[in-house]
Amino acid sequence: MSARRLLPHPLLTPILAAVWLLLNNSLAPGHVVLGLLLGWLIPLFTLRFWPETVRIRKPRVLIRFLAVFILDVFLANLVVARRILGSPDRLRPAFIEVPLELESDLAISFLANTICLTPGTVSARLSPDRRTLLVHALDAPDPDAVRADIKARYEAPLKEVFES
Amino acid sequence: MLEYLLAFLILAGAVFTFIGSLGLARLRDFYTRLHGPTKATTLGVGCLLIASSVFFTSQGNGASLHEVLITLFLFITAPVSAHLLAKAALHLNLPRVGEQAEAPVRRQD
Amino acid sequence: MMAIVIPIAFALVAAAVAMTFWRLLRGPSAPDRILALDTLYVNTIALLVLLGIHLDSPLYFEAALLIALMGFVGTVALCKYLLRGDIIE
Repeated sequence: MSARRLLPHPLLTPILAAVWLLLNNSLAPGHVVLGLLLGWLIPLFTLRFWPETVRIRKPRVLIRFLAVFILDVFLANLVVARRILGSPDRLRPAFIEVPLELESDLAISFLANTICLTPGTVSARLSPDRRTLLVHALDAPDPDAVRADIKARYEAPLKEVFES
Repeated sequence: MLEYLLAFLILAGAVFTFIGSLGLARLRDFYTRLHGPTKATTLGVGCLLIASSVFFTSQGNGASLHEVLITLFLFITAPVSAHLLAKAALHLNLPRVGEQAEAPVRRQD
Repeated sequence: MMAIVIPIAFALVAAAVAMTFWRLLRGPSAPDRILALDTLYVNTIALLVLLGIHLDSPLYFEAALLIALMGFVGTVALCKYLLRGDIIE
């Protein structure tokens, strides 16, 4: 058998092994071996549930994106906390349609999850043709600015990581 | 030093959890209420879990990292449930309060 | 320090649970109630983790992990029910 058949998802194996070690909260050699074994067998047995192989084109961009993301989660929470504590009358909620340039499922779900966790926005619906994402913003006096922000800050790096 | 860090993490976590639920109880319509729990509560519980991790590691029985697992799980699942809830609310055409003119929302399904 | 902070944190999280319950009872719509249930389980995880720190016992971790897993599945199933009127197709 070729290496590709034996190890269909090279990224999944170390992730599953790490999850196993975290679950057992130990680094004992036995658990390392068992974790690697599970990480190898589970992708083999669940092969048909994983139609697309994940390929990260630019790991460095991904790391920078994650750093921006973690910082934004904290900032977003401070902003949302202030909006909640302020008067509800002054909120300007809006639905915003964001046209998508991403095409792969994984990149779109990454973007939707990122939007949900960052500045006052929740992704609400992906249109059936997967070209626009409907986003609800908690407080958007200027919907165009929110749209431009999402596209530049999150969509562009994701496109580079997964689709370039 | 460690105790101050722990106290800060626990307090921050509790305050964010509280604010998230306050948003759920206080805001006007479903779509704005959705924001509090998905963001503030997730971060609050994340802070508490990291505090727990720091606390049990400092007890001296080796590193305790399994709290990271719940944190990661919550950070991955919270947006998914928020997205599904928003989709369900749109599907049921729940009323919206205080919306601006631009609201190009139609039922598509 | 911890003796002061932990009771305050307990009070804040308990207040959060109370407000979530209020939203759960009041509604007014089904998604509101599902959202309240969703928040309730996350708050419960916070409460359990605090209890674990307070009692200095790692036993509560497993309970928190199980609540996280089951809570997410429950929320997704309820949302699917609202969207399709059916859970298992």
